[in-house]
Amino acid sequence: MRKVARGLALHAALCAVAILTLAPMLWMVSASFMPAGATSTLPTPLLPRVPTFEHYLVLFTRLNLLRNFGNSLLIATVTTLVSLFINALAGYAFAKLRFGGRDRVFNLLVAGLVVPAQVGMLPLFLMVRGMGLINTPWGVMISGLASIFGIFLIRQFASSIPDDLLDAARVDGASEFLIFRRIVLPLLRPILVTLAAFSFLGTWNDFLWPLIVLSDQAKFTLPVALANLSGEHVQDTELMMAGAVVTVIPVLILFLALQRSYIRGVMMGSVKG
Amino acid sequence: MILKNQLTQTRAGWLFVAPALALIGVFFVGPVVASLLLSFTDFDIYAIGDLGTARAVGLQNYSRILSDREFWTALRNTFTFVVVGGPLSVMVSLGAALLVNVRLARFKGAFRVIFFTPVVTTLVAVAIVWRYLYHPRYGLIDQGLARLGLAPVDWLGDPHWAMPAIILFSVWKNFGYNMLIFVAGLQNIPEELYEASKIDGAGAWARFRHVTVPALGPTFLFVGIITMIGQFQLFAEPYVMTQGGPVRSTVSIILLMYEQGFRWWRMGYAAAVAFILLLIVLAGTMLQLRLQRGEQR
Repeated sequence: MRKVARGLALHAALCAVAILTLAPMLWMVSASFMPAGATSTLPTPLLPRVPTFEHYLVLFTRLNLLRNFGNSLLIATVTTLVSLFINALAGYAFAKLRFGGRDRVFNLLVAGLVVPAQVGMLPLFLMVRGMGLINTPWGVMISGLASIFGIFLIRQFASSIPDDLLDAARVDGASEFLIFRRIVLPLLRPILVTLAAFSFLGTWNDFLWPLIVLSDQAKFTLPVALANLSGEHVQDTELMMAGAVVTVIPVLILFLALQRSYIRGVMMGSVKG
Repeated sequence: MILKNQLTQTRAGWLFVAPALALIGVFFVGPVVASLLLSFTDFDIYAIGDLGTARAVGLQNYSRILSDREFWTALRNTFTFVVVGGPLSVMVSLGAALLVNVRLARFKGAFRVIFFTPVVTTLVAVAIVWRYLYHPRYGLIDQGLARLGLAPVDWLGDPHWAMPAIILFSVWKNFGYNMLIFVAGLQNIPEELYEASKIDGAGAWARFRHVTVPALGPTFLFVGIITMIGQFQLFAEPYVMTQGGPVRSTVSIILLMYEQGFRWWRMGYAAAVAFILLLIVLAGTMLQLRLQRGEQR
């Protein structure tokens, strides 16, 4: 009897936290379907009486948000693909190839994790400006093409690849790059999926750096465009909720699709290698 | 054969890490070092047009910062966010981790995913959502308070409440991340430890205090350091929700750096602000490492 009561209390607590966690997002979706001004009446409605798509229509026609959606998609996709390759190469080498100074270089890299990225952003901006990449997607991508955390994660996973497997291929005369491409990459697949999810979500959600690099509305990523809109449309609650939905839904879907490997990656990143 | 193998491995090793090292060197390490140099100059909007007009000014930016009230306000706000928001968020994370980790709990995986979703959402988007939730008249939070018989709070309009409101929002946004790390830590605690203490007659609280907490020591250190580093980077929340107001009560160090550097183009000054932040973060990390080591002794 006491055990049942305890189980009930436990699940009540779990459900309460779940509701508190989801409520802001549920309200965001619900309000995005309400007619303009509906959320500024008392008592504030929780659900739209008659759902309307007008705000989504405005976003994609008059406000041209599709353009910004495309910018975000391009930047996140290219950054993810390039950084995945570069981090995998380096992470594998740090784990499995023997070369002088390897561990010292790796430890230095890991120490760099403590340094907030914003510290270098002023000179980085001047550099990107000098390269003529201000207000271009390439200027945004540049800071994410290699990541210390990504290298760290790959190295941790790659250390479990048996040396015999690699040595056997070497005896057969395979070049190191061929070994990487044919043997290592397929073995790294699970961690590559995890890292791809991290990288795509991180780039999609990033705000400060694209805000600095991009100056033209047509070039903005979704978060920058949304922040910009929210300044002009402070009163248009329902429209802004629709904008928030458009920004959040893609990453939410991606996360739900890859949640297993995503969650495993977060837990792995916390275990010292 | 072995020697030749070692030689090719050395060459391949450096070749494989070269692209990553080059990118990180040029676009991360270089700029951080350049930031230090920049902080010793009066680099401003004229220097952007003509580099020649920038002059070395020694420590002048730093001495100006130290006498700038704006900087002290930003520093105080950021410290409030780190010192109050950090531990609060860690405690919520630990609580949630304990809750989803109870053996009795069903649908653990689903709850874990639900608690984690705010972490993956776009900060800017959910900050806008919360701005409306905090509305003193129509916001759901104040309407909930009214139902409990409490007076409405002008969360983002009152200088005393704006920072607590941002802290509350950031706890909601971030607790899922540390929760997962605590779950990983909890799963590493051998079951025998609990069995042994049960036999010794330890109650639930005693078991938590004397088995769980000590066993989570390394996890606390890791969570403490990454949370602190993350909290010091407070920017998008005030940028979107309050623009640093009301009366500068939510301006943070990075927001100050952004305004000085990219709005007024006082880049030398802003670089000095950024570097002071780096020194504070390094000192905080050292402090936590030292404290942890002291405790283990």
